Amino acid sequence: MKTTLISTLAALALLAGPAAGPARAQEPLRIIIEEGVVEPIPVAIPTFIAETPGAEQVAAEITRVVAANLVGTGLFREISPDAFISRITSFDAPVQYADWKAINAQALVTGAVALGGDGRLNVKFRLFDVFSDAPLGDGLQFGGTAQSWRRMAHKVSDAVYSRITGEGGYFDSRVVFVAESGPKDARQKQIAIMDQDGANVQYLTDASSIVLAPRFSPTGNQILYTSYETGRPSIYLLDIASGQRRQIAADAESMTFSPRFSPDGSRVVYSMSQGGNTDLWMQDLSGGAPVRLTNAPSIETAPSFSPDGTRIVFESDRSGTQQLYVMSVNGGEPTRISFGPGRYGTPVWSPRGDYIAFTNQNQGRFHIGVMRTDGSNERLLTASFLDEGPTWAPNGRVIMFQRETAGATGVVSLYTVDISGRNLRAIPTQTGGSDPSWGPLLP
Amino acid sequence: MTSIFGKALLLTALLGLAACANPDRFGGAGGPGGAGGPGGIDTGGLGSPSDPRSVAYFNQTIGDRVLFAVDQSTLDAVAQQTLTQQAQWLNANTQYSAIIEGHADEQGTREYNLALGERRANAVREFLISQGVAGNRLRTISYGKERPIQVCSDESCYRLNRRAVTVLSAGAGV
Repeated sequence: MKTTLISTLAALALLAGPAAGPARAQEPLRIIIEEGVVEPIPVAIPTFIAETPGAEQVAAEITRVVAANLVGTGLFREISPDAFISRITSFDAPVQYADWKAINAQALVTGAVALGGDGRLNVKFRLFDVFSDAPLGDGLQFGGTAQSWRRMAHKVSDAVYSRITGEGGYFDSRVVFVAESGPKDARQKQIAIMDQDGANVQYLTDASSIVLAPRFSPTGNQILYTSYETGRPSIYLLDIASGQRRQIAADAESMTFSPRFSPDGSRVVYSMSQGGNTDLWMQDLSGGAPVRLTNAPSIETAPSFSPDGTRIVFESDRSGTQQLYVMSVNGGEPTRISFGPGRYGTPVWSPRGDYIAFTNQNQGRFHIGVMRTDGSNERLLTASFLDEGPTWAPNGRVIMFQRETAGATGVVSLYTVDISGRNLRAIPTQTGGSDPSWGPLLP
Repeated sequence: MTSIFGKALLLTALLGLAACANPDRFGGAGGPGGAGGPGGIDTGGLGSPSDPRSVAYFNQTIGDRVLFAVDQSTLDAVAQQTLTQQAQWLNANTQYSAIIEGHADEQGTREYNLALGERRANAVREFLISQGVAGNRLRTISYGKERPIQVCSDESCYRLNRRAVTVLSAGAGV
């Protein structure tokens, strides 16, 4: 992706004083995500103002994406424009808070879009806490190419989301996944990349080989994945911009798979199977021999680093069934952290370091769940015939995973759920989708 | 590795084992309607299932695959009997090598099933070696849950997907 979005985040000259209104004791405009939001906050999002001729359509489209993003979190409810009393005719005109209070809008988002003669787009917005009669934070503006209009809508959404929740945003980010097509017994798989909302899908491999489990680098410009193109599963490192790739940790005698980057991007932890036995290994991307991290007759796979790079969580069946373990990044004796009913696999450390997401398999059902990194406070967020493969949004508050339906016509698709277990949503993709890996917020 | 797959391609050409003759290699001879059953697979070029020296005999009369219990890689009595005969055939037909493909059913996570498929393929390889087949004639590969031959989502399908398939290729070893 070659957008040159300049996130100048230039603070705009702010409004004249807030409109007069009775000072009332109101709860501040704030959502605590972890508690789970039962009643979404009503938000008014009047169509952004076109400040140049010809910008009307893109202004309307940006407004729709912002609204869809916010409503899609499950934290907001959009008030129908039909109910509006005030009309926003100028970005800098004072807001008539009483008119927005009257329709029970707790938050108000206003914006304006200008399309320059050079094809550059400028988007600015403001957020208001209606019940407090005050703007919430400064106005911001974003500039970029006209083609990057969706990213600017995502930037606006991230700013609104962050100010109200106190969490980092996640809308302006991408997901790499496996696009699946064809019948279940002849499935074709391609590595693909998309915006987190399913837009702008690009295919990075053709369907000639089985490909599995792509993983974003911490900076989002490289991808690790597993391919059968030599006939045997092995790990590839792909540079997204150049399309260049190379095999890493190649071993002519062994299957290598399940790679994941270290948080600084310098190393890859992965699984290698030798003589039927699977253990964890580490490869420095600058070279050198791979280092063995585990040496057990059991299956050790699905490793994931802690964000500080000191520990690795992985799954092992050393106890007799798949369970989760944490060990030092240098190997050594692991500590088991999963003790609930059933089998536990595919652990992924949250980018915030506070939770580990996993797949739980129990009595023929699959669940996505989270637990604290010591195994405490476990909770299952989903349940279905086959849920698998969680990945964290950059803010560590939303999880994407794959859900497969049963039977001969079963399809696999991508879903998101927030860590409170609310707001389960399907991500629209043209093909089936599996093995998602959520990249970082874009710069 | 390159060489053994090269040889597999060679065999494909020599024996007409190409996609046209056997469009779904993973369905194999022991799949539904396999073993010469109704709707069976065209075995032209593989020889006759009644000719003990033929690939068709190996695939169908002996059986090219063994099945596993849930989350297990141990070989039961039926599997051991099949593999004993596979070993005898391989010992008598030393111009062939084999790739043993390990598979899992869909009831498991992707990475674990890859490792489990490798375990199953290796269990078969070790058994064949114990019956006198040279290890350098036997390679393994795991497909995890990537290549089911049965697509329903109950045990009647799962039991056939939990398999290790011995796929012959021309060449005496590597």
